[in-house]
Amino acid sequence: MLRIKNINTFYGQVHAIKNVSLHLAEGEIVTLIGANGAGKTTLLNTLSGIVPPKSGQILFNDVEINHFPPHKIVRLGVSQVPEGRQVFKPLSVEDNLELGAYLHYRIKGGKSEAKKDMGMVFELFPILQQRRKQLAGTLSGGEQQMLAIGRALMAKPRLLLLDEPSMGLAPMIVQEILKVIANLSREKKTTILLVEQNARAALKIAHRGYVLETGRLILEGTASELLENKDVQRAYLGRDKKEIWER
Amino acid sequence: MNIWDPTHECISRDELEQLQLERLQTTLNRVHKNVIHYRKIFNKLGALPEDVISLADLSKLPLTSKDDLNFNYPYGMFAVPLREVVRIHSSSGTGSKPLVAGYTKNDIRIWSNLVARFMTAAGVTHDDLVQVTFQYGLFTGAFGLHYGTETIGASVIPMGTGNTERQIMIMQDYKSTVLVSTPSYALELAFRMEQLGINPKSLSLKVGLFGGEPWSEKMRSQIEQGLAINATDNYGLSEVIGPGIAGECSCKNGLHIYEDAFLPEIIDPDTGKVLPPGSEGELVITTLTKEAFPLIRYRTRDITSLDYAPCTCGRTLVRMKRLSRRSDDMLIIRGVNVYPSQIEEAVFSAAQGEAPYQIVVERIGAMDSMEVIIEVTDKIFALELQKQRSFLDSVKKQINTITGINASVKLVAANSIPRKEGKITRVSDRRQI
Repeated sequence: MLRIKNINTFYGQVHAIKNVSLHLAEGEIVTLIGANGAGKTTLLNTLSGIVPPKSGQILFNDVEINHFPPHKIVRLGVSQVPEGRQVFKPLSVEDNLELGAYLHYRIKGGKSEAKKDMGMVFELFPILQQRRKQLAGTLSGGEQQMLAIGRALMAKPRLLLLDEPSMGLAPMIVQEILKVIANLSREKKTTILLVEQNARAALKIAHRGYVLETGRLILEGTASELLENKDVQRAYLGRDKKEIWER
Repeated sequence: MNIWDPTHECISRDELEQLQLERLQTTLNRVHKNVIHYRKIFNKLGALPEDVISLADLSKLPLTSKDDLNFNYPYGMFAVPLREVVRIHSSSGTGSKPLVAGYTKNDIRIWSNLVARFMTAAGVTHDDLVQVTFQYGLFTGAFGLHYGTETIGASVIPMGTGNTERQIMIMQDYKSTVLVSTPSYALELAFRMEQLGINPKSLSLKVGLFGGEPWSEKMRSQIEQGLAINATDNYGLSEVIGPGIAGECSCKNGLHIYEDAFLPEIIDPDTGKVLPPGSEGELVITTLTKEAFPLIRYRTRDITSLDYAPCTCGRTLVRMKRLSRRSDDMLIIRGVNVYPSQIEEAVFSAAQGEAPYQIVVERIGAMDSMEVIIEVTDKIFALELQKQRSFLDSVKKQINTITGINASVKLVAANSIPRKEGKITRVSDRRQI
């Protein structure tokens, strides 16, 4: 579904993404693991057109989207859930969700379609239904994250880009959100690229993963292979540290 | 369907090339970061891993040879710290030192699954009893097939080499259904059974998985008749991973190379230039998944050709022609790789200097034998007089220490080995395979 070849992205003079090639098959959850500053968010922003690549090729369902503006990429079916949620705080939960459907809203029958989709989001995250009239800014961190995911789903994405959905959340909430992500892939066949610092949690629900280090991919493998890889364990699973603690 | 991993074995060329590019790039990034040998190569070229943006770009990097591995003996080519290595195997080098291969946990698991692919293709299932007659030890053969068997869920009977009558007894009593051996040992088993008056059809044996040495279609039909089995070929070499680089499918029309794990190229062995698809030349392999001991453009010295035409079995992976010769002078004696240079080292060190010699390889029945003929020199004569230790014994011992095989050694009068234009042919291989 998504195929990237030799992507290079720059922030001014900084070469942030170095010759990255990766792919996602339909319905797959693929996780991108890497330390702070490795370039994970940059890669997502490159895919969604926010920071276009300087060179390389991005094929989404065989359409080359390298130079497409973000709104066109969303229209093709790629939605990004940004880092730090970025919900519209002064708006209600419902309004936030409706904004996610702006692409479909003006099409004939779009309104009722959006209603149905909102029902689907409420089914995934029942708490949002309870809070639907509340202002987004008054929600807890976990609820805001659910809202951000729900808003992205309102655009009916075929590919969902998730940037650090577990950031700053309590372990229980992280579990719940990851469960919903796994369900999206299993039941709705949504393809998901998941960027996570919490590598262990991400690898538990992912099929495959890539390890990004200072802008370069250094490893590709199935989730179980990456969990077994010592580099991954040392750098991203904090296993050595834990072993010291347990001693 | 007899396909262990349809996702990878039946992948479209397009998807495969994407996966290969990704894995090639991650491998290059890792060796550049972790292996001094490869980093030096990149520095010398003034290049970085990210300059490789297509599979074809790989040919811009230099080849890796056994000499490079010798030079970095024992652990210099590893891409992970030694404490992450869970297994070490060895194979013959060209000199007195072996080549060392390391495996991480993931490497072992990936290897097991690659072996499971050709075992499954040959018809092995979890109901089978697999008798492994390779030598357990530093060689990769026995362990590769052992783990492949367990991965499929079949039972493994880890016999090891030798004791042919006991092998036959176990085969009869335990009702082994699969034989793992060198093709020449399979013939030896067939001969012995004939001598013992055992009808091969009375055995439960149905499949043979043969590797470790080249064998002809003539040998295949001899084995198939002599043991009443389906005989299949597989390919591997210890430095790259062991068995599990390629294996035959039921079409027996070449061996499918597991291209999601190994990127093959064919080169002209003299110039090192990449040859167009279909040409015969030396097989060069780049590993795409190995963690502990990745190899970039490793020269296998095996001569073959690649066929990218689709195979009727449904696998899309390229097929290599069965091997018949090599681009170097390596001998394979009972499945063990031996270089004439190793023998020379043994002879010269025992003779305390140069001595004219010749290596004679013969096949008696199904078994290979190696004899080293040495002409007496003044030095050897003096050594014999000292009688500290018989000269012949010490040569034998040296050969065994370096190569791990037993050779017979014979002293002859000076100038009695026939010469061609004043030179002795170092190796006289009289086997007809």
